[in-house]
Amino acid sequence: MSALIVEVVYRGIFQKNLAARIARGIVLSARKSGRWGIAFGRYGDSPQRNGIPAKDFAIVADTKEELEQNMARYEPKHTDVTVVLDDTLSKGVESWAWYGLQPINRLTVPNGTVLMTSVQPFEGLLKDIHKRDSPYKLSLLRAKASFSGLWVHKEDHTEARILGALAKIAPHFLTLDGVSQAIQEIEWGSDLKVASARKAFERLETREVKITEGNSEIPYSFEMPKWWEMREGVTIPAIPIGKPKEGGQGYVPERNPYFKKFTTRTMRPVIDFDTCVKCNLCWISCPDSVFDVMPDGTFDAAMEACCGCGVCEAVCPVEHCITMVNEAAFEDNASQWDMWRKDKAAYKTWLLAKIGDKATTVRSHGFRFRGQYEQELVADLEQGGVEIAAGIPGENAAHKTRNVQGGSSIVTGVAEAPGA
Amino acid sequence: MATVTKAAPAASDEKELLISGSEAVAEGLALADIDVVTGYPIRPYDTVIQAIAKKIANGQLVAEYIVAEGEHSQFEIVKHASTVGARVFCGSSGVGWAYAMECLVVTPPLRVPMVCLVGNRALDDPGAFGVEHNDALFVRDLGWMLCWIDTSQEAIDTTLIAYRVAEDRRVFLPLAISADGAFLTHSQALTLVPPKEKVDKFLPRYDRGDLLLHPDNPITVAPQANEDWVIEIRRQNDEAMKRAVTVIEEAYADFRKVFGRGPENPWFEEYMTDDADVILVGMGTISLPMKVGIRNLRAQGKKVGLVRLRWFRPFPTEKLVKVLSKAKAIGVVDRDYSFGSPFHSGVVANEIRAALYNAEKRPPLLAFICGLGGREVTLEDVYKATDLCYNAANSGKSEAKTLWLGVRE
Repeated sequence: MSALIVEVVYRGIFQKNLAARIARGIVLSARKSGRWGIAFGRYGDSPQRNGIPAKDFAIVADTKEELEQNMARYEPKHTDVTVVLDDTLSKGVESWAWYGLQPINRLTVPNGTVLMTSVQPFEGLLKDIHKRDSPYKLSLLRAKASFSGLWVHKEDHTEARILGALAKIAPHFLTLDGVSQAIQEIEWGSDLKVASARKAFERLETREVKITEGNSEIPYSFEMPKWWEMREGVTIPAIPIGKPKEGGQGYVPERNPYFKKFTTRTMRPVIDFDTCVKCNLCWISCPDSVFDVMPDGTFDAAMEACCGCGVCEAVCPVEHCITMVNEAAFEDNASQWDMWRKDKAAYKTWLLAKIGDKATTVRSHGFRFRGQYEQELVADLEQGGVEIAAGIPGENAAHKTRNVQGGSSIVTGVAEAPGA
Repeated sequence: MATVTKAAPAASDEKELLISGSEAVAEGLALADIDVVTGYPIRPYDTVIQAIAKKIANGQLVAEYIVAEGEHSQFEIVKHASTVGARVFCGSSGVGWAYAMECLVVTPPLRVPMVCLVGNRALDDPGAFGVEHNDALFVRDLGWMLCWIDTSQEAIDTTLIAYRVAEDRRVFLPLAISADGAFLTHSQALTLVPPKEKVDKFLPRYDRGDLLLHPDNPITVAPQANEDWVIEIRRQNDEAMKRAVTVIEEAYADFRKVFGRGPENPWFEEYMTDDADVILVGMGTISLPMKVGIRNLRAQGKKVGLVRLRWFRPFPTEKLVKVLSKAKAIGVVDRDYSFGSPFHSGVVANEIRAALYNAEKRPPLLAFICGLGGREVTLEDVYKATDLCYNAANSGKSEAKTLWLGVRE
């Protein structure tokens, strides 16, 4: 191996600065052992869109000539390491561009590594990651997804930990000393960050993934039209009017046949059809026309269109009727309404299990109280990752973050928070 | 002021008016029954806007006449009007055309069949009104059809043909008619104006079809696209420009059928080229001193001819090569410049050099730059160009340089 090609798959806005810093960190670390390198983002991506999967790349090589062979591309044809900064991306990558759904391990070379930050067990992730025809390694850093804001880099040492893990995975290019030195020299470098990198090096969990393992779903794909098949005049047709759901009842809008959002979201709405008052607010408020009107007047959320924004949960007047739940808790995109109609008791059990798990119903975006950052930092360093951080400053957030029973590592609200 | 002359030709249902090139365009616009026109004054283009305003005021034309706050808005307004199905007209000159550049760029990919008049004018600085072709040539690579007219008669005829070509569903590209400032825009000549009934036989209504922006045809126009889509859109434009060749030929053939006049060859006018040793090439009103000069040179036994290029985009490559290959030398007279280009020639000279590259017979080609900023092209200029072309014909060699005519030195 004379070149190391790394992709960093991240979620738009929240992680774009993080991904860029990791890509830069790889090049600067490899430079410490005399390697040449470049770092770049996939230009066709739109990293300014909330949660949209996007990619950065770092390529380091022994010589400038080897480096050039891999330059001037939108995306390398294969990667030695695929870094994944949010484990809900296990389900795949649908960038802003219309490429269909690309498995997260699509570019990873045989026996290459998928390196992910996650608190899920290997087996849980392998339910989502697509199967492939060659074995590879799955390496986990025990940490939750590091989400920040629009222009912000969340300084939680994720970048240092990734670099430390890469020193373990690709020692020919990134030595731990080189990584440590680079971390100390780059912006906001510190001894504490170096310590984080070294701990990550030690604690990295890795296992082989066989060709029999993984999600056997065929990823959604489509063929791009030829120039003479495309409409002229830079025009696209409006989405046609929809159809009744069944027996002349209900309403299902037509949706974009190419652009789906299966992997755009980090959370999805879970709906209690028994408590729905049919007020229409979710249907009206949804910016992506996600809701189908069902024959009984309730609303089902179509997972091909949902980007996980949570507006439906925010506007729903009934407590626990719509609850946003982390994508990691789901293995398919099946209709909840169909499940409910088939067996209401079983659905209730399923629903309560989903919305009752506080680990998956609290959002990780931003901070809920002053001092949370310092608290998490210590936990990450000393305990190898925190299980959860607390959630959205939203209308319905309060009842989900208060009165939690026995959730030791869950931050339980502003009032009880240290230093608030 | 248009005045009907009494000595109109017999057996014609056309009326004869003494009008300028700009007024002739306005006559064409009234006959084409345009729907939306935008105006922002700049000389020499403003003459057509004045003529249209008068037509609307006199009740000869019913159209939305929108005075914009600048050329940029002017072109945006008609672009949008065209997408909802209106037949539109607009135009400008010199730096006004340059100011509208962003709108000019987006018009071809959106397949908007806008028809414009460019009253050719030197680009500031120095502030000047005189003719140069560089303004219209700005858009030569972008999917605009470009033609140069020579007379008031050609102005009205080409206006009608322009809508017929641009609005053909196979084309749907914008078209700019170029008219030399002063020599054409401000000179009145006797011009035949056909009756509306005949025009209606020649020019169908504008039907935007599947691209019509209308509640009954809900579409999004001009969404953002990434590298997966843009080259296909460019290829579509390329194909539309290629199809325009056929459509232009059909339109001229029909024009002759309906009106009983008009050129057989749409692409360029040939003057005494059949037996010519030397063929001069130019665009626009430069043809006048050239034709007079050629007649004088012929009296001295010099076999000189002229090709006046009418269509620059699409460029009539094969047809032009066929005619020019026959000559012993070619002299291309550009009323434009392209500083730093191959041989420091003008735009037309380099286009013709490129067109001749695959020709079996490539006569020596001399490039001239002449008449910039409205400088008069004199008979002496024509004689000098011809002499130099004869020298090249005798030596059989192209000179790898460009000669400026009529410049003080």
